[in-house]
Amino acid sequence: MSANVVLGLIGSVVVLVAIVEMMRRHRLREKYAVIWFFVAAGVLTLAIFPGLLTGTAGLLGVQVPVNLLFFAGSLVLLVLTLQHSYELGRLEEKTRTLAEELALLRLEIARHSHEPEAAPSPGPPRATVPPPVPTSASSPNRKAP
Amino acid sequence: MDLELTEVPGAARCDAYTSLVRSGGELLDPGRRVLVVMPAYNEQDSIGAAIAEVRATNPTVDLLVVDDGSADATAVIAERAGVPVCRLPYNLGVGGAMRAGYRYAVRHDYDVVVQIDADGQHDPRYLPALVARLDDADLVIGVRFADQATRYEVSRIRRLAMLVLARTLSRMAHTRLTDVTSGFRVANRRAARLFAAHYPAEYLGDTVESTVIALRAGCTVAQHPVQMRVRQGGRASQTPLRASLYLCRAVVALVLALVRDWPEAPPPARVEEPA
Repeated sequence: MSANVVLGLIGSVVVLVAIVEMMRRHRLREKYAVIWFFVAAGVLTLAIFPGLLTGTAGLLGVQVPVNLLFFAGSLVLLVLTLQHSYELGRLEEKTRTLAEELALLRLEIARHSHEPEAAPSPGPPRATVPPPVPTSASSPNRKAP
Repeated sequence: MDLELTEVPGAARCDAYTSLVRSGGELLDPGRRVLVVMPAYNEQDSIGAAIAEVRATNPTVDLLVVDDGSADATAVIAERAGVPVCRLPYNLGVGGAMRAGYRYAVRHDYDVVVQIDADGQHDPRYLPALVARLDDADLVIGVRFADQATRYEVSRIRRLAMLVLARTLSRMAHTRLTDVTSGFRVANRRAARLFAAHYPAEYLGDTVESTVIALRAGCTVAQHPVQMRVRQGGRASQTPLRASLYLCRAVVALVLALVRDWPEAPPPARVEEPA
């Protein structure tokens, strides 16, 4: 058993154990777990059957087999990072929507607690009510406190 | 309505407007319910004057201040002035603040939504003229007078950015748009409903991209000349590096806006208030 086989075995087993443990503790959602499970399974397969890598490299015409491994590895990482950026963007959009909704709700609550008599019909002070025309900008308070 | 105000604190006299009024200019159409949305981020020095000025010039409009997570007394000042304040829990940028404003307007059934910045840059005396332009447009952008644009000190690179934006969007809109980065905007129900659902939060997205969204959704966009004032707060210094960065961001914002997938028509009133 050569060193790289042992290293590969250790690496893949660590990843698999980590996935199972995180899943068990509800720290990892299935959709991410599936991705990492496949990564770990791939590493494990390559560790047990190193011939698979050399064979594929020969088939594809890659002179140094480990280069194929690096290429595939970086490709997988790239795709995963991209996926995370996508999820991050989606989350940002969702938190933004929530923040806006929260602000609007806070405004409604403040309005209702200040004007309990106007409780049944939520709405802003109506614009159609002709306010007293302010003669100067120093007395613009037309809304009831 | 007393439009010929003699004194408004913090407001420079605007001769162009007074001449407009004297030449039989418009008054605000009383049949429309107008909401002025004022996005404010750390504007405690100018927001009081901005609110007072809007009320003094347009007493029939409703105001909504969207406090974009300010760390200063912006929200308190606005509340003391009797304006409803929508406090965002953290800073979202102008896009987030405005989308909240558009949602509020859609829910409370306003006919017209106006964006006026809290820094005193936008002169609310132009509001009736801008609103009147909604007769043949869904979105009206208040842009600097042509003569003012040349006097307005901007670096050459920044001007190039503005030119690229203006040219591209003019072609899309089939009308002349000279300054699409202006935040002085008036939207009718159709545009407001669109913006309540889709309003970008990115830098420049709130102006450039939102215009593209409106055009893509089939809205008519027009512009109306206004006199812009110098900001009351300190303006960010215009170094060549900053200007170049602005150009890059403008191009990125434009390209993104053009290639992105946007809805073809304003969506049904998705954000309707539950009965």
